Amino acid sequence: MLQIPLWKRVLIIALCLLGVATAAPNLFYPRVEAHNDAIVAFENSGAMTTEQAAARDGWPDWLPSGLVNLGLDLRGGAHLLAEVHVGEVYSARLKSLWPEARRLLATERATIGAVRRIDSPEDELRIQIGEPSQIAKAVEIARTLASPVVTLTGVGQNDLEITGEGDVVTIRLSEAERAATDDRTMQQSLEIVRRRVDAAGTREPTIMRQGADRILIQVPGIGSAAELKALIGTTAKLTFHQVVGRAGDANSPAGVGKIILPGQDEKDGYYILDELSVVSGDELTDARPDTDQNGYPAVSFRFNPTGARAFGDFTANHIGEPFAIVLDNEVISAPTIQSHIAGGSGIITGRFTVQEATDLALLLRAGALPAGMTFLEERTIGPELGQDSIEAGKIAAIVGLGAVIVFMVLSYGLFGAFAAFALMVNIALVFGTMSMIGATLTLPGIAGIVLTIGMAVDANVLVFERIREEMKKVRGPARAIELGYEKAMSAIVDANVTTFITALILFVLGAGPVRGFAVTLIIGIITSVFTAIYVTRLLVTFWFDRTRPKTLEL
Amino acid sequence: MAFRLKLVPDETRFDFFRHQVLTFGFSVFLVVASVVLVLVQGLNFGIDFKGGTTIRTESTAALDVGAYRDALAPLNLGDVSITEVFDPTFAADQHVAMIRIQAQEGDEAITPEQMTAIEGALVGADAAVKIVSTESVGPKVSGELIWTAIWSVLAATVAILFYIWLRFEWQFSVGAVAALIHDIVVTVGIFSLFQIKFDLTIIAALLTILGYSINDTVVVFDRLRENLVKYKTMPLREVMNISVNETLSRTVMTSGTTLLALIALLVLGGDVIRGFVFAMTWGVVVGTYSSVFVAKNIVLFLGVDRNKEKKDPAAEFFTEKVSDADN
Repeated sequence: MLQIPLWKRVLIIALCLLGVATAAPNLFYPRVEAHNDAIVAFENSGAMTTEQAAARDGWPDWLPSGLVNLGLDLRGGAHLLAEVHVGEVYSARLKSLWPEARRLLATERATIGAVRRIDSPEDELRIQIGEPSQIAKAVEIARTLASPVVTLTGVGQNDLEITGEGDVVTIRLSEAERAATDDRTMQQSLEIVRRRVDAAGTREPTIMRQGADRILIQVPGIGSAAELKALIGTTAKLTFHQVVGRAGDANSPAGVGKIILPGQDEKDGYYILDELSVVSGDELTDARPDTDQNGYPAVSFRFNPTGARAFGDFTANHIGEPFAIVLDNEVISAPTIQSHIAGGSGIITGRFTVQEATDLALLLRAGALPAGMTFLEERTIGPELGQDSIEAGKIAAIVGLGAVIVFMVLSYGLFGAFAAFALMVNIALVFGTMSMIGATLTLPGIAGIVLTIGMAVDANVLVFERIREEMKKVRGPARAIELGYEKAMSAIVDANVTTFITALILFVLGAGPVRGFAVTLIIGIITSVFTAIYVTRLLVTFWFDRTRPKTLEL
Repeated sequence: MAFRLKLVPDETRFDFFRHQVLTFGFSVFLVVASVVLVLVQGLNFGIDFKGGTTIRTESTAALDVGAYRDALAPLNLGDVSITEVFDPTFAADQHVAMIRIQAQEGDEAITPEQMTAIEGALVGADAAVKIVSTESVGPKVSGELIWTAIWSVLAATVAILFYIWLRFEWQFSVGAVAALIHDIVVTVGIFSLFQIKFDLTIIAALLTILGYSINDTVVVFDRLRENLVKYKTMPLREVMNISVNETLSRTVMTSGTTLLALIALLVLGGDVIRGFVFAMTWGVVVGTYSSVFVAKNIVLFLGVDRNKEKKDPAAEFFTEKVSDADN
């Protein structure tokens, strides 16, 4: 019979009400958003301006305040896909092994002869020894540098691969160590990008790793992707080096263990520097914009104890000699050491503007990126365009909804009105679910909702058509209705499962806006089956119980 | 009796096979024509698949494409195309242009220096111009996106093939997939014919068409399965005709409501997603056609083994599993 157990009725109505309640805040989007922002601001800073307090009170606390996130294409903002040059880290790592290797090998100078570093590709460190016959001994000594890698996959592997051939010992990073290094590089890069974006004070940025060596960065509300790139694209690797000499051009012979770097201005020419830095930006504890004694913009900094000691020792030993401050492979200044700098703080002068000094201080505080990046993909969407899209989508959705409702009522009369009601509940449920799970609405997502509006009635159409058919065969409207629902079920399930499969694949393989579309489609399929089967059925039952019609007008 | 809109009479007895040479032939022709078109004329790939940069500009002044082109020429950006965009939702003094620039050297998307130069040049040509959006995809990513797109369409097709096979018989699953391939090929064909921009969102639309079309096909098949049990001795062709006729009203109603919603979006939804919505609208039309005229013809051609009386393979499959678990 048409009976639906009480608990089921209560559950259906409760779910519908929950959907409407959670969807409702989206109708008052700006007000609720201001309310939520004010609360977040209060939690972060503990203080609240009068405007923020007013914004907070603009929406009552006891009402649900979850909102659908708007995707970049609707809110405006910038999207970047960056590839991290993970390989860069290998060579830095290998170079840093040299002093230790030299020390170890030097203790056996008597047997293996003089030790020197020779030119090598980026991912190798090559050491030449004086006595080729003792190569096995040298390799054995060098192997004490290696230590086991602790990872899930690289059990038992050492971090270094050390081989000897002729009179040359070659040190390479092992496969497992590379993987572990890549992972660390990515973690570090993510962290630093996050700090830099956060320091710029934009809202809800999305920063996540994609694949092996990529980072996806989405920042709503930022003016352009170029701005974002300027913020995160700079490596900001600060190092202090001993100056060995000057060079005429970049291709002059520098000697092993020395590097040639250009000055900030072309007329500065080139500097020959000791490749190993004295101290690096990693040792900074603070950096802030400042002015030098002539009143020009500069950046003052402070080292941590280790850095301060290294810097202090170096300056004490090299009074009267120049040293270079290098930022991203460019000598930004090369002052002469006047005295022993013991306190661990100093000032970087260069030809900065105030803005540049401020940016540099921010970058130094956030830390250097472990490796450079290439931007493979960028998208900027202006806020006006997003607003236009929302408006257009809204109008289209309302018109579409209206047209479908009229069409349904004209075709199925009262039953069509039931379906129309279920359709509206369905839309509320889609928005409610999206608000609850914090899903993102994109422009294709709006299209997904409009498509759902069109397709959601399908299940009802299947049922109604079936009821019409059954009415010709069986006696009594109650039986016809019941059979209609029962027999339409397998078609409804099959039809929706197949659509669900494609939506799921879209979700798994798609990215960005397309994934937003998949999300609305998936939610739409689930809620539409629920509303079409349970909600309309409940309405039909209520109506049937009250009127007890002898025939059905369908 | 209340007024009722009835697009399809209560009982229809159309013979959907009567002109099968014509209808099926028409489909075959469309598929072949689409393939030829794509091979000869190619597709107007968007930057998602080809790499490059698109810039959307808006200005209150009337658009002078020539001036823009002259302004950008000294920047040596390679192939640059500028088109004006028209849309009923625009304001009277809203002049929108799309500038498309070919992919530059290397893996990278457009550099900030290039972007600044472009913006400067455009403002030089039209002081009121504003850049409202830019999208730039480096060749490395675009190459990967093509593969992701192909994989997703293939994965969806195979998954559906498998599901239908599980729920029905293999002949049905072949028929359904043939209909799907028909829909996709014909949709890609129309994109080639009109040289509409083909990008990632179109792939999403194609997958949605897959979903919609299979939806339609499954409803017909479901009825066919039911009727095969009911009319055991009737020729397959007859049973199919009855099934399509019985579900015709539903097919028309659902296509109708879906098209209503999509057309609203097509007209009023703005130009940004017009290509996407167009693909879906066209797909719904083609998908409806194919479930009536393509899918079942293939099943008829392959024939169905009706002696097995296998009502619902999935049900059997699942009950077996359950009893196994009980033991």
